[in-house]
Formats: sequence, C-alpha cells, structure tokens
Amino acid sequence: MKKSLIIVAIAAIFASCGNGTKKQTGTEKSSVSLAAAGATFPQPFYNLIFKNYSEKTGVTVDYGGVGSGGGIRSLKDQVIDFGATDAYLSDDQAKEMPAEVVHIPTCIGAVVIAYNLPEVAELKLTNANLEDIFMGDIKKWNDPKIAASNPGVKLPDLAVTVVYRSDGSGTTFIFSDYMTKIGKRWAEKIGTGKSLNWPAGIGAKGNPGVAGTIKQTVGAVGYIGSEYSFAQSIATAKLQNAAGNFIEPTIESISAAAKGEIPADTRIMITNSTDADAYPISGMTWIILYKEQAYKGRTKEQAEATLKLLDWVIDTDAQLVAPQVHYAPLPASTVEKAKAILRSVTYNGEIILK
Amino acid sequence: MKSEKLTKVILFLSSLTILLVASGMIYSLAGGSVLAFKTFGIKFIYTSVWNPTEGSENYGALAFIAGTIITSVFALLVCLPLALSTALFIGEYYRDKPVSRIVGTMVDLLAGIPSIVYGLWGFYVLRPLIVDLGLSPQGYGIFTSGIVLAIMIIPYATSISTEIIKMVPNDLKEAAYSLGATRLEVITNVLIPNARSGIFASFILAFGRALGETMAVTMLIGNANVVPESLFATGNTMASVIANQFGEADGLKLSSLIAIGLLLFIITALINAAGKFIIKRFS
Repeated sequence: MKKSLIIVAIAAIFASCGNGTKKQTGTEKSSVSLAAAGATFPQPFYNLIFKNYSEKTGVTVDYGGVGSGGGIRSLKDQVIDFGATDAYLSDDQAKEMPAEVVHIPTCIGAVVIAYNLPEVAELKLTNANLEDIFMGDIKKWNDPKIAASNPGVKLPDLAVTVVYRSDGSGTTFIFSDYMTKIGKRWAEKIGTGKSLNWPAGIGAKGNPGVAGTIKQTVGAVGYIGSEYSFAQSIATAKLQNAAGNFIEPTIESISAAAKGEIPADTRIMITNSTDADAYPISGMTWIILYKEQAYKGRTKEQAEATLKLLDWVIDTDAQLVAPQVHYAPLPASTVEKAKAILRSVTYNGEIILK
Repeated sequence: MKSEKLTKVILFLSSLTILLVASGMIYSLAGGSVLAFKTFGIKFIYTSVWNPTEGSENYGALAFIAGTIITSVFALLVCLPLALSTALFIGEYYRDKPVSRIVGTMVDLLAGIPSIVYGLWGFYVLRPLIVDLGLSPQGYGIFTSGIVLAIMIIPYATSISTEIIKMVPNDLKEAAYSLGATRLEVITNVLIPNARSGIFASFILAFGRALGETMAVTMLIGNANVVPESLFATGNTMASVIANQFGEADGLKLSSLIAIGLLLFIITALINAAGKFIIKRFS
C-alpha cells in the first residue's frame, strides 16, 4: 500500500516536471512574452511603459530589477531578451560577451546632492566644495570654503556626515564619473566605479537607505538618484556646471545635459555637460541587446516583438510618460541615433525593423 | 517488516541529503573563491583594503572579519548576564509561576521577530538615543549594532539555558537545601555546575547567530569598509558586505565576496567545534 503511494508520488513529480518543460517550449513558440532584467534606476519608468505597451499590444514584458551588473550577466548568459544598464559596457566587457551588443538609451536621470540642514533652505556647492566634502576634508558645515559659496547663508556648526551607497550602484558610477572629471585628487585616489573605496562617511543600501539615513541624521549629505529625490521632495544642493552657473536639478536641466555631442553608438557619459543650462551630474540609462537576435533558439517572432517594443520605448508616446515618473526624456537628436541603431539589428543576418 | 525497511531508507536518504547539501555548499564556496585566493593569497585575510575601483582592484577581508568578531563578541558580552539571569528567573526562582510564564512567552516572542524589525527599531529608536546621549555624532557603528544583536540573541541563549536549568535533578537541589544552603548557594554550587555545559552550548548557538546576522547589522553599522577604531566607530561585517555588494559584483570582486562567505563559514565551524570541545572537557 505504502509502496504504491510512493510510486504514485514519484510519478506525479516526474509528470509535473514534464509539464513544466513542455509549457516553457510552448511559450517560446507563441512568443508574446519577453523577459528582461537589469538596472533598478529606470525600473519605475520601465514598469509603467511596459504596462502601457502590453495594454496596447498584448505583448507582456517581465522586467526583473536585479541591478545593472545582473542585467549584463543575464544577457551574457542569454537567458533574457534584453538587459538594462546604467553604465554602458566598456570595451573589455563588450569583448567578454558572446556576440556583439548594441546600446539603446531610454531616458535620462541625474544624481542629486541631498543634505539635512534644517535651517538652510538653499545650499550652493562648487565642484571644489563637493570634492572636499566627499573626500572627508571638510569636517564642519560652517567651514569657510562652504561659506564662500553661500554668501548670506548662516551655516551651522555641525559635523558633516557623508552618506554613500554601500551596495554597488549605477548612481555611484555616475556620481564618481563626475567627481573624476572635476577633481584631481578624487581622480587620483578614488576614481570611477559602481562601488568605491570611500575615504569618509557611512554607507547605506539603495536610494531609500541613503535618503532615509540623510533624513534621520542632522548634518548629513549624500548623493541620491534624481527620480527618487523628486518623488520624495528631498532638499538638494545647487551645483556649478561647466559654464559656471549654479543649477538646480529639474527635469529640464537634466534633459539639457544630453544636448551635446553624442557618438553614433550612444556610449557616452553626459556628466559635466557643456550646455549652459545643464545640470552637471546627469546620465543616460541604456537597454542592451544582441545585434544578431537569432540565438539560443529565439524565434523571429520574439526578435520582432523585442525590436518593436524598443522602437516604441524611445518614441514620443513612451518618452512623454518619463517626466511623470521623474525621468528626463531623451532629446530628439539622441532618439534619432537610437533609432538608427535599432535598424541595424538583425535576425539571421536580415534587418528586422525596416 | 516492510515499514521497518522503508523507515530506514527514508532516514538514510534524509541524512544523505543534508550531507550532500552541506558538502555542495563548501564545494561551491571554495570553487568560487579560488580566484580571490589565487590573486591575493593569504594576504586576503589580514589586509583591510577594499578598493573596487576598476583598474586598481584590491580586496582584503580583515575589516569585515574584525567587524564581525567585534560586534558578535560585544553582543555576547551584553547578552550573557541578561540571558543567564532571565534563565535563572524563569527556570529556578519563579519556576512554574505565572510571572515566569509571562516572561518566558515574551522571550520566545523576541525570537520570532524578524531581523528587519530589529533593524528598524535600532534605526529609529536606539540610534537617535545614542546621538542624544552624545556617544557618537550620527549613531551608527559597532556599539549600536552590537546592542541590537545582543537583544536578538538573548532569546536563543535564554530559552535553551532555561530548559537545561530545569533539567537539573530536584534531588540534588533538595540535598543542598537540607544541608542548609541558601538559594544563591544552590544556584552557584549545584545548578550552574550541573548545567554549565548546556548553558555554554546555548551561548555558542547565540554567538553563531550573531556572527551571521545580516539585515539589522547592515542598517546600523555604517557600512564603512575599515577596521573599527573604537566601540563607537563605524565598520562593516562579513555578512553585510556580501548582502550589500554581491548584486553588482563580477569577476575578482564576486570571487572576493564568495571568499568572505567561505571565511565566515569556516569561522562559524571553528567556533562550533571549539564549543563542542569545551563542552566535552567540562562534562
């Protein structure tokens, strides 16, 4: 009796396994559902527009917010249709991929400097101030160097507590890319990366962690993704851009950062933009996909669905939605370049989008 | 007889699964950390640089090993008197009285609280208190996370110690009382000597839990990758650096994080082994 029960149970397990694999191959053939994974920074934007897209066309997109590194890894393992990353693939990284990968920018975000000084309504920081603060050289808020950038503002005699991301992050990458461009000491000692060897301060996990820590700690200063700070209305500092103007981070000033020269493959950091109205710590975020879409048994239908979706993402419909979730839309010149890239993607050597 | 055989097979298979899982974990941890140990050698264990910047990548685990051991030992020292007194209160002084049942239930309740809730409490209640007391300018660090860890491990040490204390034979205690011993003398001369190996084991278990705690510590320790200079300095632990950084890690960094995982595994195993050895010697 017991033996037969066990046999039944085992048979049931095997049967369910069989079902599972059958189902998987089944969805691959019908191919109206796409899998994607990557950066968490643009995730609210993607979630919103992918939902809109699926209501419109029936194509569902399953986006996993696993971080830029995870997105690149998943694409490398060829388990997703496209990945998303806040940092474009370096030449070395591109070489490690099994095939050629193209970059499609989707929207622009920025990194803002948030602070907690209850009595200071407006704070201006020069690039030298930023470097001194984040290198741990300015220890008090009433330091004459900060006072010099803020005439007429009464700065408190409080300790400066730097808050940074303890997890690897595209936000840290954009921030440190900017710091490397503007600070000699920073470039020498710290450099650019998704996580850094911080000389001072405390770490907190994720944008919410950094924002929460700043909110709870009087005298704290740190960097946060603009999309998060806009949604939470956190006090942010005005920064001095390459033209010398103090710029408040807004959707317009962030979008302005991408008005400069963008290379044909769109792989560029737009921090420290030369545009007079640009907020200096801005950055694009990309979707990455294989230039040759026929891999790991993907159908032509699936490849077409991927390309059509991405073409829609950079078009007006989706771009107009970006400010709703606090991202800056791509300027027209950049959209044009991205469209050209999409039209170079092939399936078995044949161009997919005509 | 058939069911006898079946039981045997099931028991055998379950034990085998545990063996396979444990050795599989060691195998994959060891395999993943090969790159880190090949690159840095034994230096990985005693240097404290953690520089993930591409081009000048350099990793050492000392800061995290130090942070883990210091927070856990501190937590154990704070937990020790509290847990032992509570165990004596429940298991001996007020044994089977309503008040001890209430305290016992509260202790078990503490064990059931998820660590993220401890972290929240530490972040919003304990940390501002430490700032107000002027112990540290922002309240993050070894001290704050150690206190929260101590509270988290109290239930483990307390409930096992209580059971052990309750198991001390009444005959022994009564014999001591009949010889004119006071209650305190019974505790120090009869109860604790008889129960010490079990009590010790309960603290080893609590210590092991403190070593591996991740979430609450990450929220409170400050996540600064340096060897802590004082009790109020910020630091980082092995578990929390892994939780924080594995998501975006690849190559050498990923391997270094896995190596830290392996070291944590080894440290926990060593402490368990040492505990077992001491228990054997004492009993």
